[in-house]
Amino acid sequence: MVPMPYYLIVGAVLFVIGIAGVILSRNLIIMFMSIELMLNAANLTIITFSRFLNLMDGHVFVFLIMAVAAAEAAVGLAIIIMLFRNRETIDADKFNLLKW
Amino acid sequence: MSYYLLLIPLFPLLGFLINGLLLGKLNKKIVSIVACGAVGLSFLWGLKLFFNLLALPADSRIIEEIAFTWIPSGEFNVNVGFLFDPLSAVMVLVVSGVGFLIHLYSIGYMHDDSGYGRYFTYLNLFIFSMLTLVLANNYLLMFVGWEGVGLCSYLLIGFWFEKQTAADAGKKAFIVNRIGDFGFLLGLFIIFWSTGSLNFITVFDKAPQVFAMGAGLITAATLLLFLGATGKSAQIPLYVWLPDAMEGPTPVSALIHAATMVTAGVYMIARSHVLFLMAPTTLMVVAIVGVATALFAATIALTQNDIKRVLAYSTISQLGYMFVACGVAAFSAGIFHLMTHAFFKALLFLGAGSVIHSLSGQQDMRFMGGLKRHMPTTFWTFLVATLAIAGIPGLSGFFSKDEILWKSFSSDYGSIWIWAIGLFTAMLTAFYMFRLLFLTFYGGERMDHHAKEHLHESPKIMTVPLTILGVLAIVGGYIGIPHILGGGNNFEKFLEPVMGNVQHGGEEAMVMASSGQNGGTELMLMGISVVLILASIYLAYVLYVKNIALAGKIRQSLSGLHKILYGKYYVDELYGAVIIRPLIGLSLFLWKIVDVILIDGLLNGLATIIGDISKIMRPVQSGLLRRYTTVFLLGVVLILGYFVFR
Amino acid sequence: MDLKLATIDLGLIAPEIIIAAVAMLILLLGNVVRRRTILAYFGLFGLVAALLTALPRWGNPASGFYGMVQADNFAIFFKIIFIIAAGLTILMARRYLISHEIESPEFYALLLFSAVGMMVMAATSDLVVIFLGLEIMSVPLYVMAAFARHDVSSNEAGIKYFIMGAFASGILIYGIALVYGATGTTDLRRILADWGFFEMHSQLFLYSGAILVLIGFGFKVAAVPFHMWVPDVYQGAPTPVTAFFSVAPKAAGFAALLRIFTYGFADMSQLWAILWILAVLTMTVGNILAIFQDNIKRMLAYSSIAHAGYILVALTAGGDGAVSSAAYYLLAYTFFNLGAFAVITLIDTRNSSTAQIDEMQGLSGRHPFLAAVLALFMFALAGFPPTAGFMGKFYIFSEAIKNGYIGLAIIGVMNSFVSVYYYLRVVVVSFFARPNKEFEAVSYTPAIFIVLVITAAGTLILGILPGYWLSLARAGIFQFL
Repeated sequence: MVPMPYYLIVGAVLFVIGIAGVILSRNLIIMFMSIELMLNAANLTIITFSRFLNLMDGHVFVFLIMAVAAAEAAVGLAIIIMLFRNRETIDADKFNLLKW
Repeated sequence: MSYYLLLIPLFPLLGFLINGLLLGKLNKKIVSIVACGAVGLSFLWGLKLFFNLLALPADSRIIEEIAFTWIPSGEFNVNVGFLFDPLSAVMVLVVSGVGFLIHLYSIGYMHDDSGYGRYFTYLNLFIFSMLTLVLANNYLLMFVGWEGVGLCSYLLIGFWFEKQTAADAGKKAFIVNRIGDFGFLLGLFIIFWSTGSLNFITVFDKAPQVFAMGAGLITAATLLLFLGATGKSAQIPLYVWLPDAMEGPTPVSALIHAATMVTAGVYMIARSHVLFLMAPTTLMVVAIVGVATALFAATIALTQNDIKRVLAYSTISQLGYMFVACGVAAFSAGIFHLMTHAFFKALLFLGAGSVIHSLSGQQDMRFMGGLKRHMPTTFWTFLVATLAIAGIPGLSGFFSKDEILWKSFSSDYGSIWIWAIGLFTAMLTAFYMFRLLFLTFYGGERMDHHAKEHLHESPKIMTVPLTILGVLAIVGGYIGIPHILGGGNNFEKFLEPVMGNVQHGGEEAMVMASSGQNGGTELMLMGISVVLILASIYLAYVLYVKNIALAGKIRQSLSGLHKILYGKYYVDELYGAVIIRPLIGLSLFLWKIVDVILIDGLLNGLATIIGDISKIMRPVQSGLLRRYTTVFLLGVVLILGYFVFR
Repeated sequence: MDLKLATIDLGLIAPEIIIAAVAMLILLLGNVVRRRTILAYFGLFGLVAALLTALPRWGNPASGFYGMVQADNFAIFFKIIFIIAAGLTILMARRYLISHEIESPEFYALLLFSAVGMMVMAATSDLVVIFLGLEIMSVPLYVMAAFARHDVSSNEAGIKYFIMGAFASGILIYGIALVYGATGTTDLRRILADWGFFEMHSQLFLYSGAILVLIGFGFKVAAVPFHMWVPDVYQGAPTPVTAFFSVAPKAAGFAALLRIFTYGFADMSQLWAILWILAVLTMTVGNILAIFQDNIKRMLAYSSIAHAGYILVALTAGGDGAVSSAAYYLLAYTFFNLGAFAVITLIDTRNSSTAQIDEMQGLSGRHPFLAAVLALFMFALAGFPPTAGFMGKFYIFSEAIKNGYIGLAIIGVMNSFVSVYYYLRVVVVSFFARPNKEFEAVSYTPAIFIVLVITAAGTLILGILPGYWLSLARAGIFQFL
């Protein structure tokens, strides 16, 4: 069986990739998908702990988090579509009316 | 037995609410009746309680009444309560009494102003806050009053906000005061933290157990309180707002910036004297700041031409005296001077207001002169006040000022240097006050033709308060005649239940006075000061009255007297060269360089620096999402990094 | 498995159920009922009903759902705050929404859903449920920020809030995952009980997890350096939404922070240094950046950052007194900050408005009452006696000093004195500036008038007679079962 740290490391790597995606990308969709990646990294970590510590509640948490992620996706994509309609771009750097 | 102390601040609060809520709906007559009546009732109630207090034996003259529990939670327990003892009795009577007179005067002075109702609303709110300040039985409520008077002062300085200078002056007063309040609040925290209470009586009871004599903590606490006092009472370095505060209506200057609010700092220190006596370092700082301010402001007053500005600097200087008294642990002398100063300085301001009123707003003394004929009542009362502030024997200012000078010489905390500087300042005071008097009321009429036609004595509603204050400025001192002159120093005795035996008055002084040597010294010092003051009045007379007349005569006839007169003139010139010129030079230097550039600049500079930091930091907020997430991540990394490499 | 039905006591979450049900009904009825007013008042009715069901629980705390729901005084105290904030927002929003032509039933429903999320956050001691509450709160808020569909600034506010908020959520849930790994539970009570039994290798997870959780909530309460979204979102969002943002989610975030860090992770002394730095940064940056703002909403955004800093001082100080001082401050802040925004909402409904501070010129001449209450709220924000703002700050700073954080208290007091400068500017402009044009009249609706009266009265009562409210806040400290 694959030992626990491997799973955790994969989770951490996914998390960092997610963060990097949010910070480095200019495309709102990619930023948003990277955030989903962060949530999935957290899910993977929780399920790992749950499995290796023999705790069942972690499984439930993961479902909760997936539901939350879905809700966020619905709202987020709607906002992005609205933006695209109004501004015809989803380049994050174009949205700087509000500053200082 | 209940004394209903609450009533004293309640009347002005009601007046404020009535006039404030019905602003613009009441006619002027009702507004003035409500406003003056409220303050008058406070005064009468204060007077009644004062006699109640006198009827009690001296030791039990402390009435404390809790109105309601303000913050009732565990160890953090503060009441809204009032404390009526000799000290607050004096303050209540001064505030409501002088306040009432100034309210009356304002009816005449503000009669044609469009903001009449607003004015009296603010004024009542001010009296309410001030009475809360002096009657509070704990530091927190005192702070509430403290902030309240600051707010009213700000509103009233900026009363004529159409004038940009007035709005700016209001803002400046407010912000400078906040620096002082900052100190006050921190001092308050330290007191609360160490004694677990803010109630005066509890704090003063506990203080000796909690603080070691002269320890760092008590020194810090008292220094912070003193910082608060320097803001409110316009001492170095936070005095800058007071001269600008003269933008407000003149009765406001009389009430707030001369008689009552600015003395709050002195009152606060006198109230906390138990704490201050435990911190000799602080007392020394208080005395030095006080005497430095007294001298500094008096010097500046020498050359000012705006009649109200002279009086403003004079106020700063006199407040310096009061702090000297506190600094040498002669708290009751400080309160005594506070009271007499309230009488004569209010009178001076009101008199100046009467002059300004008559001259349709002219404040520059170079365009006054010869008003004695046109405004006899104003002149005579003004003369009385000038004599009083100069310290001429027989008037109130003499007794209180001399008391302070003597205490600064004889007290354990005093020194001959403080006395000498104080004396020199007294000379300067006499000089600039008589300069003001002569320039305004004597000599030729230098105003323009149009203004000359309008010259008139002020209406009764204004001159009656002047007269009453004039009487008070004369007799106000007689309650505190020192032992050496055969008096009983009743004032000091009256305050003794509050001040205890901390000062070097009471029986000790009586013994000293009768034992000869010290008594002789006291009389001698008194004599010196009177002679020097008279000399400087003469000097002012020569420079601002006689010379002008002489010059005229010389021009008229080149008679044989000419040379002798000229010789005399040389003597005056000598005076001028040796004494006056350097003084005037110093005065201008202090005013233009130290006051305007250094201290004012420093305070403004502080504001500018904060503003610059703000401007530098703003671009970080660039509006770009990527920048935001980066900063966010940076925060995460820094915090985790701190944790790992801790 | 001892699945007892008794542990599922729906009465414990009755307020949440009522509000959620009312919100869903509003969504349904929105298609049928023409008159939006009825929907708005139906929402208010739901809030009042929730309040009435929540209040009887005061004083007899209960726990349910296997410990996942805590109906203690602390929760009720915060529920009161959320209900007040939501109710006042509904009252003040209608006029603004109508004048900006964006009124729709969804607004009220979203507001209520968001309030449900906050209530869940305050009423649990389980990290996962807190996260769930946070998301129930946040997702409607994202939509509300972007509610003015055709307004580009509102759009921008929405996307910025959404991306940043989701990002913070991701960090938060990863932190919770790490804590879960270290402790084997997400229940704060068990974490507290087992403290000290965790092995060395799990310490790293525990601490990093705790820090990530702190950061996640630090984002919600706008702690520097996680505050960047605040000014933009506050400025761009419709004004009533901003009003709601500035009080309710902040209170919810602090409810969770207080619960987690003064209770569950109470022994994590290494964190206090971090909190100390966060508090100082938050106060200082907020105040300094507020000075040069010309847009009043943006100024209040920075000001709300600074206020978060003051409450962080209480969090840093720790202890029962500090917790109650934070709770009291949040209640007081709800009143005067909402009040300030209510005035802005009124002024912002004029067509010409760009919500600049200079627009207040001549306000006192045209609308003395508005100017007076605005001044009151500004003085409360600046911390003047006898307003609630003073009492709250005094309470917080004296708690900080009592717990030995003298330096922190001094920085806090200095900051609150700097803040006077920019609050005063609003007062000066509305009272003392000569208007260069006649002030355009605004018309009140009774609803807004009620909001102004309630907030002004709250500001004064909490300042002059704070006793009752302070004892409420004191009774509101945790009584875990």
